[in-house]
Formats: sequence, C-alpha cells, structure tokens
Amino acid sequence: MMKEEKGKYKYGMVIDLDKCSGCGTCMVACASENNVSVRADESDKERSITWMQLFKITNGKPFPDTEVSYFPRPCMHCHHHTPCVSVCPATATRIDYNTGIVSQIYTRCIGCRYCQAACPYHARYFNWWDGYGLAKPFSKGLERALSPEVSVRMRGVVEKCSFCHHRLMSAKSKAYAEGRREIREDEYIPACAEACPTQAITFGDLNNPRHKVSQLIKSPRAFRLLERLGTEPKVYYLSSKSWVRKMADNYLPNQFQQVTKAMT
Amino acid sequence: MEQQMRSSGNSPKGGWLSTLIDLVLSYYARIISQPFQSGLVWFLGGLGGALFVGWILFPMALYSEQTQPINFSHAIHTMPDIGLDEPTELGRCLHCHSFRNDGTFAGIPKLETCMECHDDPESPLGETAEEKKFLKQYVANEKEVPWFSYYKQPDCVYFPHIAHVKMGKIDCRTCHGDHAKTDNLPLYKKNRLTKYSINIWGKHISGYKANTWDRMKMDDCAECHTKTGHEENNACFVCHK
Ligand code: HEC
Ligand code: HEC
Ligand code: HEC
Ligand code: HEC
Ligand code: HEC
Repeated sequence: MMKEEKGKYKYGMVIDLDKCSGCGTCMVACASENNVSVRADESDKERSITWMQLFKITNGKPFPDTEVSYFPRPCMHCHHHTPCVSVCPATATRIDYNTGIVSQIYTRCIGCRYCQAACPYHARYFNWWDGYGLAKPFSKGLERALSPEVSVRMRGVVEKCSFCHHRLMSAKSKAYAEGRREIREDEYIPACAEACPTQAITFGDLNNPRHKVSQLIKSPRAFRLLERLGTEPKVYYLSSKSWVRKMADNYLPNQFQQVTKAMT
Repeated sequence: MEQQMRSSGNSPKGGWLSTLIDLVLSYYARIISQPFQSGLVWFLGGLGGALFVGWILFPMALYSEQTQPINFSHAIHTMPDIGLDEPTELGRCLHCHSFRNDGTFAGIPKLETCMECHDDPESPLGETAEEKKFLKQYVANEKEVPWFSYYKQPDCVYFPHIAHVKMGKIDCRTCHGDHAKTDNLPLYKKNRLTKYSINIWGKHISGYKANTWDRMKMDDCAECHTKTGHEENNACFVCHK
C-alpha cells in the first residue's frame, strides 16, 4: 500500500450529466486516441473493451414520468486507498500523487485480474485476445490507424483509462519548446473532454483554485460515484436530478437526503 | 566466553576445531594432489565451459548483426566547416536532429535534410565510394535511407529529448557516448528474443557499466533522475505510455 502524499497537481474531471446527451462521442474519441482494440464481433460486451463506458439509467417510473440520464464512466483515479493499487501483486498499477493519475503498465501486468475484482467502478478491462497490430490476420492493416503515443496491449493484460496522460507529457514538451515550465489549463485535456459536443466534460487541476474543475466541484449539484466507500474518486458528476444522485451510491432505506430543493 | 576461546585456541592438540581443520585440509590436499581421480579437473573444466557458454557464446548467439545501409560519418558532418550555419557543436547536432515546434524530437533526419547539401546526384561533394553509393541509391531515387536506430527504446517507453537537452541541459554524450565522433558506423546488434538493440541492455552481460552511456535500462534512467533531484519523474506514467 502506498502512503498518501500531497502532490503538486491533482488532475480531475467533472461530468455534467444535465448536459450529457448520451451521444457516445467520448467513447469513440477515447477508443481511437488510446488504441483500444476492437474485435470482429463487438456485440459481446462481456469481452469487449471500453475505457470510457456510457451507461443509460432511468428512474424506473412508467410513462409519462419516465426520466432518463446518461452516465459516462471513465476510471475514477481514486485518490485514497486506491483499490486496484492496493491489491496489485506486480506493482503494475500505481498512483502518482504528483499528478493524481493512476497508471497501468501493460508490460508489467501479469493478468491476475485482482484489480478488476477490486475496482468498485468496473473501470478495468481484460484483454482476452491480442489487440490491434498484434492479432493477425484479423487486424492486418489496422495497425496503420494506431497512435504512436500509446502502446498497444497484448492478450492477458488489464487496461483502463489513463486520463490520457500522454497528452500531459506532450503538453509539457510543448511548453518546454516555448520556454515555459508550467502548462496552461487548456493544454492538457483528455480526448473525451475535447470531443464532447455538449461540453459536458471539464478537466483540470483540482489543486488549483483557478481551474474550472475546482469551482465546479463546489456546486451543490456535485457528487461522486459510491462516495461513501471513501476512495475519493477524482471524477465528479453534476446532476440536478435527485434520483440520479440516489442511484450513485448505496443508501439504507430513508437514509438518502433529498437535496433537490436546496439546489438550483 | 573470551577465556574459553583463548584456551581452546591455545591448546596444541586435541581441540575439536583443529581436528576439523585438519580433516578439511587433508580432504582438499587429496583433491588437489589427485586432480583427475578426485574429479577436480572435470569440475573446473565444466565450470569454465559453462561460463564460456553463458557469458560468451550465448550473448554472441543472442544478438543478430546487421550493417547500416550507408556508412554515415558523424566525424565529417559535425566539423565546423561542413557548411552548416551553426557556431556551436550542439547547434550542428540540432540542425539534423531537430526539435519540432511542438517539442517533439525528429530523431534521425530525413533525406530532405541531407539534400540541403547532397542536392545533385551527379556531382558528389567528396571522392568516396560511400557517398557515390548514397547518391546513386537514395538521393537519385529520392528514397529514404532505412537506418537502424541503436537507441530505440521499447514501444512502451516515452522519452522526451527536449526535457533532457533543453530543460535538463544534459549533453548528448552523457547518453550517446561518442557516436557523434565516429567515422564508421558500428554493426547494429538486435536481441533476437526481445528485438531490442544491444545499446538498451548493454554489452556486458555481467551488468558491469563503466560509462553513463553503456546501457539505458529503466534503472539507468531512474538512477540519473534520482541523482539530479528529479524524483518526481520516477513514476511509471512518466517514462511509460
Ligand atoms: C548531417 C546531419 C547530422 C548531423 C550534423 C548529426 N547527425 Fe547524428 N545522425 C545522422 C544520421 C543520418 C544518423 C543515422 C545513422 C547513424 O546511426 O549514425 C544519425 C544518428 C545519430 C545517433 C544514433 C541514433 C540511433 O538511435 O541510432 C546519435 C546518438 C546521433 N546521431 C547524435 C548526434 C550528435 C550528438 C550530433 C552532434 C555532435 C549529431 N548526431 C550530428 C545525421 C546527423
Ligand atoms: C551541411 C552539408 C551536408 C549535409 C546536410 C549532409 N552532408 Fe553528407 N557530406 C557533406 C560533405 C561536404 C561531404 C564530403 C566530405 C569529404 O569527403 O570530404 C559529405 C560526405 C558524405 C558521405 C561520404 C562520407 C564518407 O566517409 O565516405 C556520405 C555517405 C554522406 N555525406 C551522407 C550524408 C547523409 C546520409 C546526410 C543526411 C543525413 C548528409 N550526408 C547530409 C556535406 C553534407
Ligand atoms: C538523457 C539521455 C539522452 C540525452 C541527453 C540525449 N539522448 Fe538521444 N536518445 C536517448 C534515448 C533514451 C533514445 C531512445 C528514444 C526512443 O526510443 O524513443 C534516444 C534516441 C536518439 C536518436 C534516435 C531517435 C530515433 O527516433 O531513432 C537520436 C538521433 C538521438 N537520440 C540524438 C540525440 C542528440 C543529437 C542529443 C543531444 C542534442 C541527444 N540525443 C541527447 C537518450 C538521450
Ligand atoms: C543523465 C541523466 C538522465 C538520464 C540518463 C535520463 N534522464 Fe530523464 N530526466 C533527467 C532530468 C534532469 C530531467 C528533468 C528535466 C527538467 O524538467 O528540467 C528528466 C526528465 C524526464 C522526463 C519528464 C519530462 C517532462 O515532460 O517533464 C521523462 C519522461 C524522462 N526524463 C524519461 C527518461 C527516460 C525514459 C530515460 C531512460 C531511457 C531517462 N529519462 C534518462 C535526467 C536524465
Ligand atoms: C525513469 C524512467 C522509467 C520509470 C519511472 C519507469 N520505467 Fe519501466 N522502463 C523504462 C525503460 C527505459 C524501459 C526499457 C528498458 C528496459 O527494459 O529496462 C522500461 C521497461 C519496463 C518494463 C519491461 C518492458 C519491456 O517490454 O521490456 C516493465 C515491465 C516496466 N518498465 C515497468 C515499469 C513500472 C511498473 C514502473 C513504475 C513502478 C516503471 N516501469 C517506471 C523506464 C522507466
């Protein structure tokens, strides 16, 4: 178990569910940015890989009271007692408290899948087959679509969202080329946030009070998934719908506090 | 305690320790005086053979050897009077091995850079056969030279030159040794199992390292980061991608 330290940066994400239209652009942008492999038959969702998963939830009420909300789910990059990190027997996954990003080193992963079992958010995926460029002959030619900034995965390893950390490294290199030490807020944005057509996803440094994310998480609409587990996820959600918030955590009967009234 | 030890050590005969020493010595004396019957020769021969196979034959078999397509001479091309408008040596390196505007490193130059000077396949700049071969095979056909990269790291490694050269002010030599002084390119040796160049894990299978550039394994990267006080760069998702 790693000791929690106070680092310089703490990157986090805020997803406004009131703005999310469920179009799935974030999933596509993520998959192509990160060389997430595809299979001949992608309909088998137990075996396919999606770093950014989009769930559809409803309040379960019959028409005309039915309400629907879409729920994009990247890796939460849990800041406290990171469940996957604490169970990994191979130190293939670590949290860097200097950025807050939880890393996954595919070449170190031994494929035991403890982390998958430990992750309360099901954010981790196992490669049952070789990915792009490795699996022949199915993926022949597909390797030309690969990005050199993210390494491809072989079968037998676990992968997950990395907050597009390679974009952080590229942003730093660009800043160095321009003679700067620090990167600007808008220079490091993951692919999903960049692609979102309704701009529902905001990204930035939670340690920096001037960054938009730091202001958004103070909103009364803000909540996190399974917050009461104490894992301190760095992905926040915004929703004005009470039933959505209720679904995001496990509550005993009558324990959930209706907060809708206080919010605007 | 001390008393006891001294008394047993002083006793000329009969101490159990000296009996034991006598026994061991006579045993080894027998082995050495009869090297064949005792098997000493076979043992040493086998040990030597195993070391020879493991430390010499195996590394030789492990690496395949290839020659570069053209024998490019850094010694010639980094001379001050070569015709590059750069006053410093580093400036001349960076003319060919340039940084792009976004801070990425262009690596080995493309043919376009060579053709700034070698622009006419019919009129060589020098007299050597190597240059004629280069002009005929590549410049005339505008074909890129398929160089082998000695320092290429595995796909999962992210290495930014700009952080080291511009921000860290580290000399190319620290990591690349005297490659830029050579007249003849060394053989390109590739590990048959991992497909990595020999420059990554080093030439010495014993792990012996005399210069900073002898090898560039994960620990060598991290060693320098720690020494230069950049421990923040020792997180997995700094060097890996
Ligand atoms: C005229 C252009 C040119 C200049 C100037 C030049 N190089 Fe090179 N460099 C090359 C070419 C072409 C190669 C590929 C062939 C080889 O490996 O030598 C190369 C290869 C290298 C490599 C090996 C890279 C690898 O992975 O195989 C290193 C290291 C290097 N150069 C360092 C330097 C340094 C240091 C300087 C300045 C002192 C310099 N170069 C100046 C053209 C140049
Ligand atoms: C700044 C001008 C310049 C650039 C750029 C340049 N060269 Fe040259 N090159 C020369 C000159 C001048 C000579 C002749 C040196 C001599 O023989 O005296 C030469 C000689 C050579 C030779 C023959 C050297 C020998 O030892 O036999 C080769 C091969 C060669 N160049 C390849 C290249 C390649 C490949 C590149 C591109 C990476 C390149 N050059 C870029 C100026 C240049
Ligand atoms: C801190 C160590 C370090 C320093 C300093 C350094 N390099 Fe490198 N160099 C590397 C490593 C590591 C690689 C392999 C990079 C990779 O595989 O992505 C490399 C690769 C290269 C390559 C081959 C790139 C390719 O794409 O094939 C060239 C050329 C090169 N370096 C030239 C230089 C020059 C010129 C300088 C000085 C201006 C320099 N290097 C300074 C470590 C260093
Ligand atoms: C000779 C010393 C030295 C060696 C060897 C070295 N580094 Fe570094 N590295 C540094 C220094 C110094 C910095 C910090 C530069 C700065 O920010 O001023 C650094 C920074 C970095 C960074 C952070 C760049 C950023 O964007 O802030 C990465 C990534 C990195 N090194 C990777 C590597 C890898 C991979 C290797 C081995 C192949 C390596 N380094 C070998 C000295 C070294
Ligand atoms: C300072 C840079 C640096 C850091 C930090 C770093 N690595 Fe590496 N790693 C490398 C380099 C360079 C290589 C390739 C050379 C080698 O095999 O040693 C490598 C290779 C590896 C390999 C073997 C991959 C292969 O294909 O051969 C594994 C596994 C690995 N690293 C895991 C990790 C893990 C896990 C961490 C975090 C605890 C980590 N690394 C941190 C630089 C680094």
